[in-house]
Amino acid sequence: MALSREQIAMRVAQEFKDGDYVNLGIGIPTLAANYVPKDIAVMLQSENGLLGMGPYPTEAELDADMINAGKETVTSITGACIFNSAESFAMIRGGHVDITVLGAFEVDVSGNIASWMIPGKLVKGMGGAMDLVAGAQNIIVTMTHANKHGESKLLDACTLPLTGVNCITRIITDLAVLKVANGAFHLLERAPGVSVEEIQQKTAGKLIVEGDVPEMQFKN
Amino acid sequence: MAGFNKVVHSYADALAGLSNNMTIIAGGFGLCGIPEGLIAHIREMGVSGLTVVSNNCGVDDFGLGILLQERQIKKMIASYVGENALFEQQLLSGELEVELTPQGTLAEKMRAGGAGIPAFYTATGYGTPVGEGKEVREFNGRPYIMEESITGDFAIVKAWKADTFGNCVYRHTAQNFNPMAATAGKITVVEAEEIVAPGSLNPAHIHTPGIYVNRVIQGTFEKRIERKVTRSKEN
Repeated sequence: MALSREQIAMRVAQEFKDGDYVNLGIGIPTLAANYVPKDIAVMLQSENGLLGMGPYPTEAELDADMINAGKETVTSITGACIFNSAESFAMIRGGHVDITVLGAFEVDVSGNIASWMIPGKLVKGMGGAMDLVAGAQNIIVTMTHANKHGESKLLDACTLPLTGVNCITRIITDLAVLKVANGAFHLLERAPGVSVEEIQQKTAGKLIVEGDVPEMQFKN
Repeated sequence: MAGFNKVVHSYADALAGLSNNMTIIAGGFGLCGIPEGLIAHIREMGVSGLTVVSNNCGVDDFGLGILLQERQIKKMIASYVGENALFEQQLLSGELEVELTPQGTLAEKMRAGGAGIPAFYTATGYGTPVGEGKEVREFNGRPYIMEESITGDFAIVKAWKADTFGNCVYRHTAQNFNPMAATAGKITVVEAEEIVAPGSLNPAHIHTPGIYVNRVIQGTFEKRIERKVTRSKEN
């Protein structure tokens, strides 16, 4: 069965390694913070200028001067630091953030991503997404495998205006975990109960399936 | 002798010289760390044809959004402008021009502008609509686009504490774009929550050295929260 948003987030969190600095985009990526394995420590970077982002504040902790990149009120963890926007993007653009997780409208076999603009609809802006995809060492895209109309979001070539080129290495959808390499998607894992055939049918771009593809495992 | 005392006592003095068609660089991220009183006074002054450089454009009735009500902004340079119905209207009707700029590129444009660097190369935006028409150069096998820096006729900045010499300290994530904005104005005006005597701030902890600052004014702040999200104590 297709994964829920929470299950996608759970699977994303298994990609984190002890000591990683991680930037999580808005939506499913943010949920991944709730599922970081208990035996590792990661530090969350928020691109408005906070390294060591904590949970949402209690009513008593609420502070207008403490927000995240989604403009939500947040707290900081012990050992956090706060800095200006140029410093924050020096970390991002300089390749110092280990993992970036973000959503997308489309990805393609060349590792291109489209996530910010649908022609004909009002464009609100790219925020920090273009900087993040150009800078992070390891970029994970989370999204549903197909759109509401059943059309694949994993393509041979993105049709929408791009956020970045040749930058996506890993995709975690409601159906599968895939890597992007050598001009193709490579199927690594399937969601529990989802067949290879269904994934093939919903992947428009070139897909390579080798051997038995294991089901995702969810550690507690 | 005024010496290095940069304190002014009215918003009119703080923004003296601001006129139509000027470029203003503003600190702030959403409604966090914005110079509320300076923005309000720009609205009262009625100057128009402004180019405003800021990460966002406030909301309809607060922050830079209030400058849209009397159509004072001609062009907005920002990374994300989604919170604002007036903005959408004026954009769709063609009254308002917007130059969407990646957030890190925007910060770097201000930083470079303030540091006398006219342009820089970045991988951000290469191969996207942002890179269209821009010079591309390869370094170590990777393509980069050239981005030009930004300076403003005025920079408006919100500090937590400023001393009378203009040395500034920001509070928490209200820092954001403020330090870069402060360096990039021909005239930089700081609106502070508190003005203190020189020597009260630890010299090694100053975020913005006073050399960048021309005027300092004591502000009063509503500090509106754009997205209040809380957790219950148990969780």
